[in-house]
Amino acid sequence: MDSKRREILKTGGGLTLLSLAAAAGWLKPGDAHAADWNKAAFETKSMDETMKALGGGAPAQSMNITFVSTPDIAENGAVVPIGVASAIPKTESIAILIEKNPNMLTAVFDIPPGTEPAVSTRVKMGQSSNVYAVVKADGKYYMASKEIKVTLGGCGG
Amino acid sequence: MADPMKIRAAVVGDSTEVKVLMSHEMETGQRKDAQGKLIPGWFIQTVTATYNGKTVLSAQWGPAVSKNPFLSFKFKGGAKGDKVQITWTDNRGDKRTDEATIG
Repeated sequence: MDSKRREILKTGGGLTLLSLAAAAGWLKPGDAHAADWNKAAFETKSMDETMKALGGGAPAQSMNITFVSTPDIAENGAVVPIGVASAIPKTESIAILIEKNPNMLTAVFDIPPGTEPAVSTRVKMGQSSNVYAVVKADGKYYMASKEIKVTLGGCGG
Repeated sequence: MADPMKIRAAVVGDSTEVKVLMSHEMETGQRKDAQGKLIPGWFIQTVTATYNGKTVLSAQWGPAVSKNPFLSFKFKGGAKGDKVQITWTDNRGDKRTDEATIG
């Protein structure tokens, strides 16, 4: 591999190392710029896999994580408001997982000190499902879940 | 280049509440077009919010975040007239930064 690379470098002086890497298949186009995006975690299909990809073990149930302004029944699965608030001290990150979506992990928010451990956003849901909020606090993982019923699915259009 | 974000930042007590509405297709990569061909995914992957050069929130998103994403959060501090900056990057390498004045 190395000798080949030198050869190409010599012959094709205009090629950057990056495009070379892309050509060699190390990087798919579109991946290079988002190095801080955890691709593996967003491709997982189960809770265990997701936790592994995020670098944690099985999270403990916690009553200190609450869903804020999140509906029990969502009429439109394409736009389901979800808010998660954590009352656990030293909350470092909040992740939102949707059990029955093609890929469970939906979003991960990193909460630096000084920012309130509460975020809200809107997500797509293919069908009625359990939604999990996973909170990392002081190196440990905690979770809470809520079932949201979807009247009209948000995937597949 | 994508349309600008709508950002609203307001002081609430001793914190600043930030609400952002981004303009993005957020295509999942799961849908098919009329010919049955898969529409490639196109979605925002990373979002960063900064205040006074300090990151107050960073996020990684998958394609399951809704079209034209909404985000709200609060951080301690912040004064009227100061600026909050939001940047997103999508999986095509597109990037957009907008800022808003805290009101």
